[in-house]
Amino acid sequence: MKIYLKILSFFTPVIALAISFGLTTFILIMIDRDPVETFTLMFDYGTTGKSIISILNRSIPLYISAVAVAVGFKMGMFNIGVEGQYILGALIAAQVGAVLILPRPLHVLTIFIVAAVVSGIWAGISGYLKVKKGVHEVISTIMLNYIGAGIVAYLLANVFFEKDENNSLKVPQTNYLSESGQLPPLNNILGIEDLPNLNSFIIGAVFVGIFYYWLVWKTSLGFDLRATGLNPVAAKFSGADPNKLIVLAMLISGGIAGLVGMSNLVGYFHRYTIDFPTGLGFAGITVALLGRNHPVGMALGALLISFLERSSQILDLNNIPKEIERIMQGIVILVVVVSYEVVRRYILTQEVKLASRMVDKDE
Amino acid sequence: MSNFFNFIKDNKEKTFFIFILFWLLVIAQIETYSQLTTSGTFAATMRLAIPILLAGLGGIFSERSGVVNIGLEGMMIMGTWFGAWAAWLYGPWWGVAAGIFGGLIFGLIHAIATVSFQVDHIVSGVAINILAAGTARFFSVVAYANESQGGATQSPRISGEISSFSLPFLSGGTFLGNETIDLLRNLEDLNLFFISDISGLLGGLTRDISYLSFIALSLVPICMWVLWSTPFGLQLRSVGEFPVGSESLGINVYLMKYIGVTLSGAFSGLAGAYLVIESSGIYRENQTGGRGFIALASVIFGNWRPTGVLMGSGLFGYADALQLRSEESVHGLLLLISIVLLALSIYLLFNKKSRNGAISLLMAFGFGIWFLNSTSVPNEFVYFTPHITTLVVLSFASQRLRMPKSVGQPYKKGEGG
Repeated sequence: MKIYLKILSFFTPVIALAISFGLTTFILIMIDRDPVETFTLMFDYGTTGKSIISILNRSIPLYISAVAVAVGFKMGMFNIGVEGQYILGALIAAQVGAVLILPRPLHVLTIFIVAAVVSGIWAGISGYLKVKKGVHEVISTIMLNYIGAGIVAYLLANVFFEKDENNSLKVPQTNYLSESGQLPPLNNILGIEDLPNLNSFIIGAVFVGIFYYWLVWKTSLGFDLRATGLNPVAAKFSGADPNKLIVLAMLISGGIAGLVGMSNLVGYFHRYTIDFPTGLGFAGITVALLGRNHPVGMALGALLISFLERSSQILDLNNIPKEIERIMQGIVILVVVVSYEVVRRYILTQEVKLASRMVDKDE
Repeated sequence: MSNFFNFIKDNKEKTFFIFILFWLLVIAQIETYSQLTTSGTFAATMRLAIPILLAGLGGIFSERSGVVNIGLEGMMIMGTWFGAWAAWLYGPWWGVAAGIFGGLIFGLIHAIATVSFQVDHIVSGVAINILAAGTARFFSVVAYANESQGGATQSPRISGEISSFSLPFLSGGTFLGNETIDLLRNLEDLNLFFISDISGLLGGLTRDISYLSFIALSLVPICMWVLWSTPFGLQLRSVGEFPVGSESLGINVYLMKYIGVTLSGAFSGLAGAYLVIESSGIYRENQTGGRGFIALASVIFGNWRPTGVLMGSGLFGYADALQLRSEESVHGLLLLISIVLLALSIYLLFNKKSRNGAISLLMAFGFGIWFLNSTSVPNEFVYFTPHITTLVVLSFASQRLRMPKSVGQPYKKGEGG
């Protein structure tokens, strides 16, 4: 590949972001707010020490969610059900963790495994339905999101609830995990005691990223996954069994999705409550698209989205609707997918031209 | 008698369908479950089915032109937002127009992304949904910030409503300015097996029909006519089947796809406006509750045909109506499921499919025990009835469906063979 094409490909996200900022500026002018002031406020607030910790903490589940989506993307499957998978996994894991009494590393590990298994099975249903019944995974994962949310609401209200002091009212939340099931924040180790808590599951997120890279690019299973995603027919003739791969990909994707809720469970809430964050599954799709399924790209994408979410909090105080961030996210994702596709096609045609020129020279 | 058995053999699906309906009628005779077939339930069914129907019809236009549209949900959200906003300011019919416009704009965005830029259809649809949710939230903050009743997540109550009519003589409408008898209501009140139930159905569908509902329902035959009896419809469908061939015959493939996708946005926008104006009278965040996705599912198991979508949306509307109107009657459905599964297992066992038969027999007993040991179905379960119905119906129907041949495949001018 010519060097300028490589540079173009590398800078596509930057171009896309610039366009998005342009569109956002336009909207701000439309509602009669000063765009320069808005972006300055956001940048200043988003780069304070407190904000940086908050952004890192937000990025952890976002990144893991993105990796879960990306595993599916790599073989041409759309796991839109990360949302339902992770809340179901987190709830069951919280309950199991609250009941169990185990030594620390084992206790935390058990919670992770339970979450991964439950979420994996929930995702596996979509794989099964696709292979055996021909139901498209997009539809089935979306439906399973709603079903999962319903089951979580039911279990929380009727089975896993906590009794209040008088033993009369049911509070829809699980009991606290015991000390051994919690992960302490990293602040003491890093010597930043004066800042808010940095969730130690950030290490888990890094491991998930490394695992994803290893699995998809360094194993034969990963090769089969990617091959099936690029050309299912060719992959089949090379010996990959598409049906097995579909189920396997969904199981792995769901298993990773199970870890999405873990930073909040073991590192922050220590229980499943109705305050448990939702919507991370859908945000993960944004991040995966933004980061082009690349382990590092998705990390940057997660940081960017977290930065937007955090830094927009300051805007309301200055009479600028902070919801501008919601619309910004939407614009970013749409512009990103369009510009990636345009650049991909441009590079493709340039390469074809280059190749044909080389052939002409040879003759 | 042998004629009868031959009919069953030749029409297994019809027989199965009639069997379910028969037991539904039987269960509806029990006092507790009488809501299963009242005119009120069917009227609610229609109101709840129409948004799904409209979005589904839109989905047909998009998918028939070869573009998958999971952005239906987002376009519907835009319909609810613009519908409520304009209805609040100027009255319900302006709300309808604005809702259509809002959906149409997002349909156009999807068309630009998928047709002109060949972005993956599902990726673009997901992006549309995210953008729509963000836009609705942002617009609410900007538009309703200073309104006492409205806010970031809801609009003020809209003023005025769309007028309605009833059929004269059959359901008590006026004829030449005079009140007429309500024949169907009288029949329904007699509590006769079958006759009263059918009267309930017909009464629910003909009494106090708003003009907007009437327009929505009449879109079904109109869509059928447009898609299957006009040159435009033929061109649109050919583009979804075999774009390269269509191009060679001089059809403007891009234009057809643009029209299909934009129309699907307009239909979804209308669906959203209907939801706001006819059902809630107010815009609320997450009001669409996945109806756009259910509409897409009904397109699939409706085999990409308007009548199929009509039936699918009717089924969901019915499930939704029961959930809203009477929880006891949902409990009655457990008995119905149990009976149907029992019959299915007997059929399977007779045909030597012992494994599936055993599973279905077990499930029949499971539902039976659940029915006997409870007096109602938990709210949370009722809430996802439509979604689980989608999964079940799709798992049974998917293999028999025939989708437009090139749906979901990006098409670039001049790249085909």
